[in-house]
Amino acid sequence: MAATALIARTRDWAFGPILRGLLTGLVGFSLGAGFTAGVRALAGADAIAFGPVIFGGYWFGLAGWLLGVGVWRTWAREWLGMPVDWTMRNGWQRYFDFTTDHKVIGVQYLVTFLGMFFLAGLLAMLMRIEHLTGGQVLFSPSQYNYVMSLHGITMIFVAVAAVIGGFGNYAVPIMIGAADMAYPRLNALSYWLAAPVPVLLLATFFAGGFDAGWTSYPPLAVENRDGQILFNLAFITLGLSSIAGSINFIVTVTKLRARGLSFGRLPIFVWGVFAMSLLGFFFTQYVAAAMMMTLLDRLFGMVFFDAAGGGDPLLYQHIFWFYSHPAVYIMGIPGLALALEVITHFSRKPLFAYRWVVGGILAITALSAVVWAHHMFTAGLSDIELFFFVTTTELISIPTGLIFLGALGTIWGGRLWLRTPMLFALAVIFNFLIGGLTGIFLADVFTDIHLQDTFFVVAHFHYTIVGAGIFGLFAGIYYWFPKITGRSYSEFWAKLHFWWMFLGFNMTFLPMFWLGLNGMNRRVASYPSDLEALNVVASLGGFFLGAGFLVFLANIVVSWVRGPAASANPWRARTLEWHTSSPPPVENFESEPEVVGHPYDYGTPGAVHAMLAGAEEEGG
Amino acid sequence: MAAITHTGHDSRAINSMGLWLFIASEFALFSAFIFARYYLTGRDQPEELNIGLGYAITVVLLSSSVCAYLAEQAIARGDRRRFLRFTLAAIVLGTLFLVGVGLEWREAAHSFPPPDLYGTVFFSLTGLHASHMVTGLLALLFIWVQGRRGRFDAEAHWGVTGVVRYWHFVDLVWLIVFPTLYLV
Repeated sequence: MAATALIARTRDWAFGPILRGLLTGLVGFSLGAGFTAGVRALAGADAIAFGPVIFGGYWFGLAGWLLGVGVWRTWAREWLGMPVDWTMRNGWQRYFDFTTDHKVIGVQYLVTFLGMFFLAGLLAMLMRIEHLTGGQVLFSPSQYNYVMSLHGITMIFVAVAAVIGGFGNYAVPIMIGAADMAYPRLNALSYWLAAPVPVLLLATFFAGGFDAGWTSYPPLAVENRDGQILFNLAFITLGLSSIAGSINFIVTVTKLRARGLSFGRLPIFVWGVFAMSLLGFFFTQYVAAAMMMTLLDRLFGMVFFDAAGGGDPLLYQHIFWFYSHPAVYIMGIPGLALALEVITHFSRKPLFAYRWVVGGILAITALSAVVWAHHMFTAGLSDIELFFFVTTTELISIPTGLIFLGALGTIWGGRLWLRTPMLFALAVIFNFLIGGLTGIFLADVFTDIHLQDTFFVVAHFHYTIVGAGIFGLFAGIYYWFPKITGRSYSEFWAKLHFWWMFLGFNMTFLPMFWLGLNGMNRRVASYPSDLEALNVVASLGGFFLGAGFLVFLANIVVSWVRGPAASANPWRARTLEWHTSSPPPVENFESEPEVVGHPYDYGTPGAVHAMLAGAEEEGG
Repeated sequence: MAAITHTGHDSRAINSMGLWLFIASEFALFSAFIFARYYLTGRDQPEELNIGLGYAITVVLLSSSVCAYLAEQAIARGDRRRFLRFTLAAIVLGTLFLVGVGLEWREAAHSFPPPDLYGTVFFSLTGLHASHMVTGLLALLFIWVQGRRGRFDAEAHWGVTGVVRYWHFVDLVWLIVFPTLYLV
């Protein structure tokens, strides 16, 4: 391919790319919607039926949005033999750009998905208000189900994308000594493809909402209000973004590692992101297929899931969980790997049983493909299927145990440095232990038949996904805050936030185990009044938990604006991101890094992980 | 999927790996719809299927793949004329395949339209495949136009290799879809 000609953008408005994207998106939507309506009119159908017009308009609108926001400027012009423009702006404006800098993209992901996290958190507050009494407080049952569904899917998206999209993008290329991701423009595309997702979710409000939960089983998802269509489009869109991102991570980690950085020397967080990308690039297609089939049933008169027409609703559950079970590892493992990373640095010890921990992560990756039907124990599977899926599900506890072994062995006898990232990492281990042990009762058919669709399940998955994934996210935020911003956060307020969140989290979700055991169903607005006492505890815990994030926000905003400058390596950690300035320059390193040893050889005199060509080794 | 050049890294190997992963990912998507066909309809199959036409378009598509292969071989030797000629042949044959699918659809819409169960799997699976055909045809058209304007030579022709590989993949998918819908 001939060397690509470059042009440079001379001046642009701060929100120029986004405004152009909205404009071309609107043009694309009108074209697509008009085209669909025209075809329907010619075929003699109702021309402006909401579903088909929105569906047809959406894909053209999405293409228009992407072209306008930056694909045309940086990419599509090249296909037509025209010069392209890769200039990036400096300062805060770069966060509103179609930029190829992985560090900027990481921050874009983090801020976007933290925003979604707080929004979905507010929805959870509303649900807890509703559950203050057994009767009706705020919502009708159908309104409650909309709030519950919107909370669920928004949080699922946060859990899938915040750690991998945020810290995967920010930290992985630096940790492997690369200048950027393997496909920087595809990386930008992944983010700007994810950006319309929250807009779609909020727009469901204007389309009557949706009430099928985040799992959106048919037949309800084929028959309910039209907000469901936007939900399905949002899931497919985030799926596309996820697939592009996963492919990018796999190639980046495989091809762009610094000289000397063998797979056996890879930091454990990089392993976590790499393994979960192996799941993401393949399995995400199945949820896209499930969403597409639902839309085909709903909009095009097909009968995949319509029992009356010969279809089978169970088909949806199989395809959906074939992705969505691996997806719970995509939500949990990066946070867990991040916690291991932090625990190692803050215990000042090598990661215990490193090879076994890596083996554990890879074994989970492999096993996750054969456990999906444990979400369907009460759906009417045959005995032999039940037997198979109980066995494979129980097998998962072995590699999970290896990861725990690594964490505990590292802490054992370590010189623990209890700064905020370490507190969050230890909380990950604590929470995930509760989540993991209660999972055993859900993995066994006998107990699961009793517990299925009760608050026991709600408590269990909040302990695993929030307890590991989201606590891991906050461990990462405090750990890398000095690196990202070049400033230090206030340790006092950070510790206050930690204890506040830790106590609030346990106060909210621990009672839910008892509620579930006593038969409180999930996804219902009202419940028997003898369960009120524990519900009030959970609600108060929820409000307390929610209020604690104000401390976090205040600390982060104030520290980012006027915190004291941070040094290049405030934690005296050894991995590569701490060998460059805070914040790192564009393309990360002043000179080419070379890896000469294991990343976690704390306590070994003279051990070195990496050197920069021509630079004095700082030790560590 | 061209990348900004990384110093010291083989950008062709990087692009190639990404394309293989993308193809594997697309296989997953097709496998879901193929699974749905067996799960829902078992070994049942309507008698109205025009198997003769099915065989005919399969042969057309295979020839298109062969032409794409010859086009890639030609540009690798630097023979632009031959490259353009075979790319055009691949495009024409690919379009002919889509016309064949269109004929098949017209018959199917008459004999088992959705909400018929077999119509559901037939139209969704062939439709999914046809949408990939359209993407592939646009890509072939793109390298043909670029080739006419003097782009690609014996040293640098990753664009051609990538598009042709994708075209083979779409072809291979049809070789699974065809027996799934017509023969089993």
